[in-house]
Amino acid sequence: MLTAKEELYNKISATDFAIYDLVLFLDSHPQNVKATELLSAYRKQRESLINDYEQKYGDYITHVKDVKADNPWSWIDGPWPWEGTSDK
Amino acid sequence: MWQYDKRLQYPIKIKNPNPKYAQIIISQYGGPDGELGASMRYLTQRYSMPYNEVKGMLTDIGTEELAHMEMVCAMVHQLTRNLSEDEIKGTPFATYFVDHTVGVYPVAASGTPWTATYIQSKGDILADLHEDLAAEQKARVTYDNLIRLIDDPDILDPLKFLREREIVHYQRFGEALRLTTDRLDSKNFYAFNPSFDKCKKQ
Ligand SMILES: [Fe+2]
Repeated sequence: MLTAKEELYNKISATDFAIYDLVLFLDSHPQNVKATELLSAYRKQRESLINDYEQKYGDYITHVKDVKADNPWSWIDGPWPWEGTSDK
Repeated sequence: MWQYDKRLQYPIKIKNPNPKYAQIIISQYGGPDGELGASMRYLTQRYSMPYNEVKGMLTDIGTEELAHMEMVCAMVHQLTRNLSEDEIKGTPFATYFVDHTVGVYPVAASGTPWTATYIQSKGDILADLHEDLAAEQKARVTYDNLIRLIDDPDILDPLKFLREREIVHYQRFGEALRLTTDRLDSKNFYAFNPSFDKCKKQ
């Protein structure tokens, strides 16, 4: 069973995936209006999901630029993605 | 350039280690139709591509294939974690174990290490796109074969995701081929090489 935190985290990842897939579609359909509209809708959804996540669970970290320049340096904190034991 | 996202493209959490499954899944890392080759093929072919749509597609798909490579390696890692010697002895994973312990190394299921001969960069948009279309189908068949041999839902779920991505990539490369043939000079259809000869700018 996934925790509520994991579920929300996965929902953000799924939104990122939808965004990526639209980007790929737009590579070969650069004039497609429906795809660009969908893309901006998913981008908005991503932003609001991340706000929601950060209010409940603290920083949403996926890229090193999301990590605060704090001590100790937390980018190295596990689990790393391939370990499959994330508490996210 | 590239930057790292500290997450998998699709989650992988395998509860039960299984060296036999690891030994076949590794083919989608270092095998002839695996994700390492896929990524290197597309990222390498970009430089001679004449059309922006195709440059974008090769960059984005080539990058996604790196994420798939990470997923396949994560599966192999989780399937070989915390194994006892007895769980390895007598399995097809034993020969791999002798050479690599439980480090993840790019080999085919049949044991051949990854080689650049699995990919081509011909500098010709038609030749390269046909190679890419074939590569996506071969990767899809490999996932089909793995799905036939595996019955753990923790593994099947990400494998089915990866299989679907091959189908989407095939679709996109098909579109690239169509927009390319639309732009080629019809008087000189096959001999014309837009990355080498002067081409009609889009
Ligand atoms: Fe692919």
